[in-house]
Amino acid sequence: MAGEERSVKLHIDNVYKEYKGEHGTTVALNGVTLDIMENEFVCVVGPSGCGKSTLLNIIAGLHEATSGTCYLDGKPITDVGVERGVVFQQYALFPWQTVLKNVMFGPQMKRLPKAECEAIARKYIKLVGLEGFENSYPKELSGGMKQRVAIARAYANNPEVLLMDEPFGALDAQTRAQLQTELLKTWEEEQKTCFFITHDVDEAILLAQRVVIMSARPGRIKRIVDVDIPYPRDQATKNDPRFLELKTEVWNEVYQEYLEVRK
Amino acid sequence: MNEKKPEKIKKKPLSNKVWLLLSLIVALIVWYLLSLGKATGRSFPFIQKTFIESFPKMAFERKVLWKDFCSSMICVAAGFGLGFVTAIPMAFLMAWYTPVQKIIMPWINFIRNIPALAYAPLIVIMVGVGKTPAIILIWICTFMTMCVTIYGGIANIDTTLVKAARVLGAKDMDIFFRITLPATVPFIITAVRLGLGAGLTTLLAAESTGAQAGLGMRIRALSGTFESAPMLMYIIIIGIIGMLLNMLVNFIERRLTSWQEKRDQ
Repeated sequence: MAGEERSVKLHIDNVYKEYKGEHGTTVALNGVTLDIMENEFVCVVGPSGCGKSTLLNIIAGLHEATSGTCYLDGKPITDVGVERGVVFQQYALFPWQTVLKNVMFGPQMKRLPKAECEAIARKYIKLVGLEGFENSYPKELSGGMKQRVAIARAYANNPEVLLMDEPFGALDAQTRAQLQTELLKTWEEEQKTCFFITHDVDEAILLAQRVVIMSARPGRIKRIVDVDIPYPRDQATKNDPRFLELKTEVWNEVYQEYLEVRK
Repeated sequence: MNEKKPEKIKKKPLSNKVWLLLSLIVALIVWYLLSLGKATGRSFPFIQKTFIESFPKMAFERKVLWKDFCSSMICVAAGFGLGFVTAIPMAFLMAWYTPVQKIIMPWINFIRNIPALAYAPLIVIMVGVGKTPAIILIWICTFMTMCVTIYGGIANIDTTLVKAARVLGAKDMDIFFRITLPATVPFIITAVRLGLGAGLTTLLAAESTGAQAGLGMRIRALSGTFESAPMLMYIIIIGIIGMLLNMLVNFIERRLTSWQEKRDQ
């Protein structure tokens, strides 16, 4: 991909979002502008309340911006769309359906024939390493397995952009490391545009080509840091001297924001 | 059901069936002791009088037991059925349209706290005596109980699930049939359980409306002649019906909602 001319996949144009609550108006996002390239992996970090989830929801089409627009391939985003897959922190699996049925959900919504839906689902269940659990219910799975199902479910819809809202935030350190490695591997193979939200600086640098640091209240883009560590990366990348440099740099910025919020 | 597991026991724990048997034995002992007392014995005659003598008396001599049973079951079934089919759409309307909820909910809560016996005569004045007022009364009570329960369930559906479905391409219809409905099933089952309970507890009030037969009506009639033994039998029969209905609901629940994550697992 180096040197390759890439087009803008996702254009976030001066997005402003406010919430009207009982205690007045809260500005969640204050003029966020960002271009995300085709097949790029972008991580957004920032303290809680900086509006990073709001931004993801607006890109997903689940929330509406108060002003400003997001564009996908130059077309304004007005509603949810299957070309934008979302992975939520709380897994959001349908508990009354088996793993297979959960992953089949997207293809079924496209009204594909049942056999085809099942074939697609089985392919992605295999990809996330959950073969043999097709007929299990979510309650029988661990947190890491649940999130794998959620990732498989998002992939089964073959989205052009993957939006991930702190997907590994609720997992223990080992599971998290494992899923990071798996996600890296998948992305290196399939190269989908990834918009990944996290509050974990290590995670952001390990995964992303660019790390977007957001400031809190109101949410703005504070800085964008290029992660110039070549792929393939894995957990060992975390010992790379360049990784440690970037980590200190990003961490200081995020920590300053954290202190701002605490004030 | 919340069985409390005894903590840290070395011995093999007793099975639920054994516990049930033990509980029955304890009840029988208490009942027997009550039947020995002079005053308590008047109200609680032991099995000999309550069942072995009363059952043939009510079932074969007076030929009313079966009629009473059927009459009550028809009232409960009809009242509960009406309550069920009206509570579900009303609960959805309240969940979807805030004005409906804001206008109706306070009155449901208001009427729910009034004993049915209090407004039973009003229903009789309106529709006359017989089964009709009994059914209407049970309908009102079961409707309110179930409506509140189902509404609570729909209102608390995990919105992330709806979001997840939408981003996967689900339209409103898909969301209703594939998310809202299955997510509501556990609450509908709870509502059925509470509704059946409400139906049975309203029975006495419902059959105070000049019913010709019925378990509740018979208890009132027998109280007029101080026949405590058959009365006690009728009371126990109502209890047994409630228990059997509850078991039926539990059975259905296990079949339909085994996917649920139980907190005490």
